[in-house]
Amino acid sequence: MTGDTRPRTRVSLTVNGRAVEAMVEDRFSLGDFLRRDLALTGTHLGCEHGVCGACTVLVDGEAVRGCLMLAVQADGRHVTTIEGLADADGNLSPLQQAFMDHHGLQCGFCTPGILMTLTAYINESPDADEEALRDALSGNICRCTGYDTIVQAALSVLKPKGGV
Amino acid sequence: MVGRVFFGQSVKRLEDPDLLRGRGQFLDDIQLPGMVECAFVRSPFPHARVGAIDTSDARAVPGVIGVCTARALPDHMHGKRILLQVPSPAITNPLTQEPLATDEVCFAGEAVAVVIADNRHAAEDGAERVIVEWEPLPAVGNVADALKPGAAKTHAAMADNVAARQALGYGDVDAAFKNAAHVVRESYHTHRGTGHPMECRGVVADWDAVDQRFRIWTSTQTPHNTQRAVVDMFNLSEDAVRVITPDVGGGFGPKNQVYPEELVIPVLARMLERPVKWAEDRREHFLTTTQERDQLWDVAAAVDADGKILGIKAALIHDAGAYLPWGAIMPYISASTLPGPYVIPSYKIDATTVFTNMISTTPLRGAGRPQAVFAMERMMDAIARSLGLDPADIRARNLIPADAMPYDMGLTYRDGAPVKYDSGDYPEAQAKALHRAGYADFPARQAAALAEGRHIGIGIGNYVEGTGLGPFEGATVRVLTNGRVAIYTGAAAAGQAHKTTLAQICADELGITPDMIDVTVGDTGKMARGAGTYASRITVNAGSSVRIAAGGVAGKLKALAAAKFQVDPESLELLDGLVRITGTQGDQVSFADLAKMTSGMPGFVLPDGVAPDLEASGYFTPAQATYSNGCHVAEVEVDAETGRVKILNYVVVHDCGNLVNPKLVDGQVQGGVAHGIGNAILENMVYDADGNPLTTTFGDYLMPTAEIVPDCDIIHMQSPTPLNPLGVKGAGEGGTIPAPAAIVAAVENALKPFNIRITECPIRPQRIVQLINAAQQNT
Repeated sequence: MTGDTRPRTRVSLTVNGRAVEAMVEDRFSLGDFLRRDLALTGTHLGCEHGVCGACTVLVDGEAVRGCLMLAVQADGRHVTTIEGLADADGNLSPLQQAFMDHHGLQCGFCTPGILMTLTAYINESPDADEEALRDALSGNICRCTGYDTIVQAALSVLKPKGGV
Repeated sequence: MVGRVFFGQSVKRLEDPDLLRGRGQFLDDIQLPGMVECAFVRSPFPHARVGAIDTSDARAVPGVIGVCTARALPDHMHGKRILLQVPSPAITNPLTQEPLATDEVCFAGEAVAVVIADNRHAAEDGAERVIVEWEPLPAVGNVADALKPGAAKTHAAMADNVAARQALGYGDVDAAFKNAAHVVRESYHTHRGTGHPMECRGVVADWDAVDQRFRIWTSTQTPHNTQRAVVDMFNLSEDAVRVITPDVGGGFGPKNQVYPEELVIPVLARMLERPVKWAEDRREHFLTTTQERDQLWDVAAAVDADGKILGIKAALIHDAGAYLPWGAIMPYISASTLPGPYVIPSYKIDATTVFTNMISTTPLRGAGRPQAVFAMERMMDAIARSLGLDPADIRARNLIPADAMPYDMGLTYRDGAPVKYDSGDYPEAQAKALHRAGYADFPARQAAALAEGRHIGIGIGNYVEGTGLGPFEGATVRVLTNGRVAIYTGAAAAGQAHKTTLAQICADELGITPDMIDVTVGDTGKMARGAGTYASRITVNAGSSVRIAAGGVAGKLKALAAAKFQVDPESLELLDGLVRITGTQGDQVSFADLAKMTSGMPGFVLPDGVAPDLEASGYFTPAQATYSNGCHVAEVEVDAETGRVKILNYVVVHDCGNLVNPKLVDGQVQGGVAHGIGNAILENMVYDADGNPLTTTFGDYLMPTAEIVPDCDIIHMQSPTPLNPLGVKGAGEGGTIPAPAAIVAAVENALKPFNIRITECPIRPQRIVQLINAAQQNT
């Protein structure tokens, strides 16, 4: 577009194991970039002010709010989104499968963020008890489920039953 | 496997595989070639006159394609407002919103212009640069102020702020009060909150200039209402407007009416001849998506010497907000819900609906019932206190006995039929809940806790809920030529797992597994008529229609196979996609082959009486609502220093008739209670006296989170209704309805040593501390 003065910056990063190079608008959040430029629409934007947690993704293995981090800040980092949780053959991760078995979702809009939050948390704290798990989950809002089935799903993949 | 039945089983959800992989298709995930995006210019004032609008700076912003105001809309939209959803003679001022406000805005957030750009970011830049000459006007920011003499006018041209007046009742209430041994009077106030689905609203529209048709995707519970509104606004034929719901990320009520954006985005798509998207952000959701629950109640009960209620007199003021998209349905539901599960021999209520300069109110999970149940249950507690009886005892003395079913309450429900409770055992529901909650031992627990300086309390909430409202929700079932089965229904889904539930019902009729079935919901192009997903009505209506339609298809399959094999249809059975002679391994034919034959194969002659295509439609039309019921018992601990409320135990006895999928019903109840906990202790949409919204982020407006919501102890009673072929009632709202009443009662009970009364909800920590301080200063 001629006369388009919107600032853009080149970024190179890894997304779900794939190398990505792009010119991104400076003001795009990581969530915007994933959804708009990479068409990874599984990451959802629920509040865009950092409270609801729907946009949570992993950056270098840590749970990060996709709405609070700028895309340019992800330059050189490893990003994992919900699209990267299942294995290459499409098999669900144990946590994803547990959500299916325990009815851990209803509308499914908050689910990707919750799965990413819990994936990071369970990797860090495989011995967590229910109270700690609920505390870790308290940064993600789900309006549908009332949380209990999510907690049950997460507890079912904690030790001694194996990793996420 | 013969005798396999999916109805009643906790079948895993057909919806999950895509949603768990991030492959859902929500509104904002839709990308069409050449699509542009929008941002709206919204009023910063609760009430103002709209002067000149200067769009020149906005048009110069990089990426901006255009700006549209009310006056730039096509002529056919000038002066037109959104179709009123439910007209009623009780409405004195049937005012709905304009697509874009022309001369006057009546709540903060009402849109006056829209900026179109190549992405949302640029559109927002443009919206900031639209200059509007506003002339602020006096405003009403509180339901209590609306009827005061000299109150500001919410709409400049109106004589007063009254939107509707309704009077309901039966029996001789004056005689009841004359003969009463006790009269108990209280006033209650319930505050605004909203649904806050995690997905906000949004619309994508595409105008096909060749076919002269719209395709409109909208995140709604009611696609057919959107279609009706677009047809009305554009004066098109219904065939020219196809409304499709993608995956919808939660509804909870506020997505069940037509919004201005659902008319503005289509008109832009037609003007620009390219697809247009608008995805609401959370701030817009706080400002412009409908809310509910601001009501003021005055209730008086006439009670005899034994604690039996003789009559109830009540007055209700209901906050409509700025417009009436849903008419005056909520105050009507409140008024007809108040008597609830109790024998109330006489009843009189006057409900006044008033306009205020806040976003309109429309049905929100419970729809007028949580407020009515709060008023009634708080009144039961007040009567108990007044007569020196236990709250459980006063309720037990007044509950409708099981042998009185069906019970005609004496009122007319919103569907025009009498309020006639169809089935249920209310005394048993309360008894079971009290037993599970350890109610009998509670005084000892409470005394022991108090000895440790801890304040624990217990509270009860009983309710009856009209569900499964008609007039209908249709379904078509078709066997496809590949042997799979398709179900189409108008009922949009927003997390309730309609696909799974409807597939379970269909699977049993056709002898197949649910994974053989593809369900399409909420697409007006696939189902011409529909009402929508609200009023806990889909399993009753669409579920029954699927049963009827699938039964029709089963009959056709058998008739065709019977003709082929020259046998009696009665001798055939359906199993795993085959029609075969019962119990033998002999002749059989697949659904796929029968579908191919009946789809127009040359040379194939249909047997007598069998219509072409392996398809049938069902339109179940219920004669009246079905009434679900339940009892909640909450046990809480209150920190008297900080006012923090912790829920220690929460018991739900729930009766929605037969359960199609118990795990899904549990999920509805648990999620509903979480919403009710929000309404009880957290969620409050605060406005200042002039109607300026003060809580517009999730930092100010607190939603229930995982460390607050307990695991509810849910007990199902199943009293099948005789009113539909499945014996089911609605389950989507019962979790929410009595929760504020039960929790607030428990908080009050915990604070017994301070002798405070709580007559409002939500009850937040600062208010609890304030009440304790006030009580201590008075002693």
